[in-house]
Amino acid sequence: MGSRASTLLREEEIEEIKKETGFSHSQITRLYSRFTSLDKGENGTLSREDFQRIPELAINPLGDRIINAFFPEGEDQVNFRGFMRTLAHFRPIEDNEKNKDPIASEPLNSRSNKLLFAFRLYDLDRDDKISRDELLQVLRMMVGVNISDEQLGSIADRTIQEADQNGDNSISFNEFIKVGNVYILYIDIDIDI
Amino acid sequence: YFLLNFNPFDNLLCILLGISFTVWFTLLLVFIIVPAIFGVSFGIRQLYMKTLLKIFEVSVNHLSVCTAIIAKEPTSLEEEIKEIRRSGSNRDLDHASEFEMSDIFYFCRQGVESIMDDEVTKRFSAEELESWNLLTRSNYNFQHISLRLTVLWGLGVVIRYGFLLPLRVTLAFTGVGLLVVLTSIIGFLPNGRMKNFLSEQVHLMCYRICVRALTAIITYHDSENKPKNGGICVANHTSPIDVIILASDGCYAMVGQIHGGLMGVIQKSMVKACPHIWFERSEVKDRHLVAKRLSDHVEDKTKLPILIFPEGTCINNTSVMMFKKGSFEIGSTVYPVAIKYDPRFGDAFWNSSQFGMVNYLLRMMSSWAIVCSVWYLPPMTREEGEDAVQFANRVKAAIARQGGLVDLLWDGGLKRGKVKDTFKEEQQKLYSKMLVGTQEDRSRS
Repeated sequence: MGSRASTLLREEEIEEIKKETGFSHSQITRLYSRFTSLDKGENGTLSREDFQRIPELAINPLGDRIINAFFPEGEDQVNFRGFMRTLAHFRPIEDNEKNKDPIASEPLNSRSNKLLFAFRLYDLDRDDKISRDELLQVLRMMVGVNISDEQLGSIADRTIQEADQNGDNSISFNEFIKVGNVYILYIDIDIDI
Repeated sequence: YFLLNFNPFDNLLCILLGISFTVWFTLLLVFIIVPAIFGVSFGIRQLYMKTLLKIFEVSVNHLSVCTAIIAKEPTSLEEEIKEIRRSGSNRDLDHASEFEMSDIFYFCRQGVESIMDDEVTKRFSAEELESWNLLTRSNYNFQHISLRLTVLWGLGVVIRYGFLLPLRVTLAFTGVGLLVVLTSIIGFLPNGRMKNFLSEQVHLMCYRICVRALTAIITYHDSENKPKNGGICVANHTSPIDVIILASDGCYAMVGQIHGGLMGVIQKSMVKACPHIWFERSEVKDRHLVAKRLSDHVEDKTKLPILIFPEGTCINNTSVMMFKKGSFEIGSTVYPVAIKYDPRFGDAFWNSSQFGMVNYLLRMMSSWAIVCSVWYLPPMTREEGEDAVQFANRVKAAIARQGGLVDLLWDGGLKRGKVKDTFKEEQQKLYSKMLVGTQEDRSRS
């Protein structure tokens, strides 16, 4: 009936996603509803165009990078599992998760994984380093045409100088953690069900 | 031989059919068409609505669904990024606002929030109900349907498709047919008061029949503010039915593009009886031509008020989207009208990418009813120093407030088209200001 996918999510799938991401049952069904409403092609996956149809995302200066983060290396479609896996990074860390068994695999929404998500927005070539060029690219996306190349260049240089500790003129993940760790919980999104 | 083959039962059948048709049409005439002509009501529809509500209450009170995903508060780019920077306890607050690597966290979160839930895309599909109304089409999130509900639903299907739909279709044909025929006849009369009077009566009568064809139960508020000649009536747009709802309570000059087919026939005959403003497809793009025809019309005080829907497209009745400034540049008095549908009885929103017109009308006529409220707001005029866009936004805010709708700045055209780059550029400009300040700040330091 109408444009909503009539295939409801199976209970087993919901359980699996719950284990993997930590979202609650009702959060998963609500986000599934959102997933299907974005899926205009009704084929159970989202393409980049499906994301770009969201006006508030289309006007976000980092919109394309964020959309990219949902798609695995070289792929053009993301299914609901992949969608939830990426969204899981933004789930707030609950108190009962803080003292979890350290041998168990790290949850997707750990501080470290959140920082890795943000790091990868800069590090496009995935060489685990943010080069001066990569930093400039992101800066240019955020400021548009309003700042000259020169000025942007000096901002980039100053930033690398402050963060770079081993003198390779780029920012590694560990150096990024030192700079970003104290702010990273800002990205947490409270899903109110 | 033919006489020998004539079965007496056929004869009986013919008589029975004849009688039932006669009874049917007499009932139709007495209870529906005659009241429509005189604009009175037996109150049958109100009774029907009350009964339905009772049934919903009694049977369907356990199925409900939460609709919001995130609670977002309105914030500014600058505030939020400062907030991030402040959250580091060892930060020196007087430190000149230069770039921080954590600034991207703002855009990152904004982006993912909009992926989870955004203000715009949900306006272009039917509003989700909080509890089920026994129509299959609005059952998407509701599971656990008991036997009792299934039986009620089945009964509902029989009543709606077996009884209500044929009744409504008959009425619709009657209403439209009468409109075409009578307006064409009136077209032969010489222009003057008699013609205008008859034209108004005919339009009203036919729209009232159409109202009954949809089982529309409308409550009009503040009728003392009804639009007058020389004015422009603006309303929020949810469906083509909006026209029928407003035009059955008052006389308007319609504005629109000439279509082909049945619609075109109706438009051409309507304009014979009274001056509606129809544009050829090619003329629609010419904004000056459109503005000229509209202003010529409002200057002639003998002509009826113009009815316009400034959103330019159908929205799902949970919000009001950007008003196109054209009608607000003309300079005549604007009469705002807010229309709010009650979605429990039938969803009036026309999702034109999902259904064609005929499909849509069939869905309307097989719902329980169309229940809505119309508020006539006090007239507004453009104030000193206000431009057309600000005026349009002021009117839009008034309509949104009255109808209990969300007031959005987004363009309804986003239903089909892409968002303009200027919005992204605005964000970039705001952020750049934070990094390096404006020209004045730089020259001062």
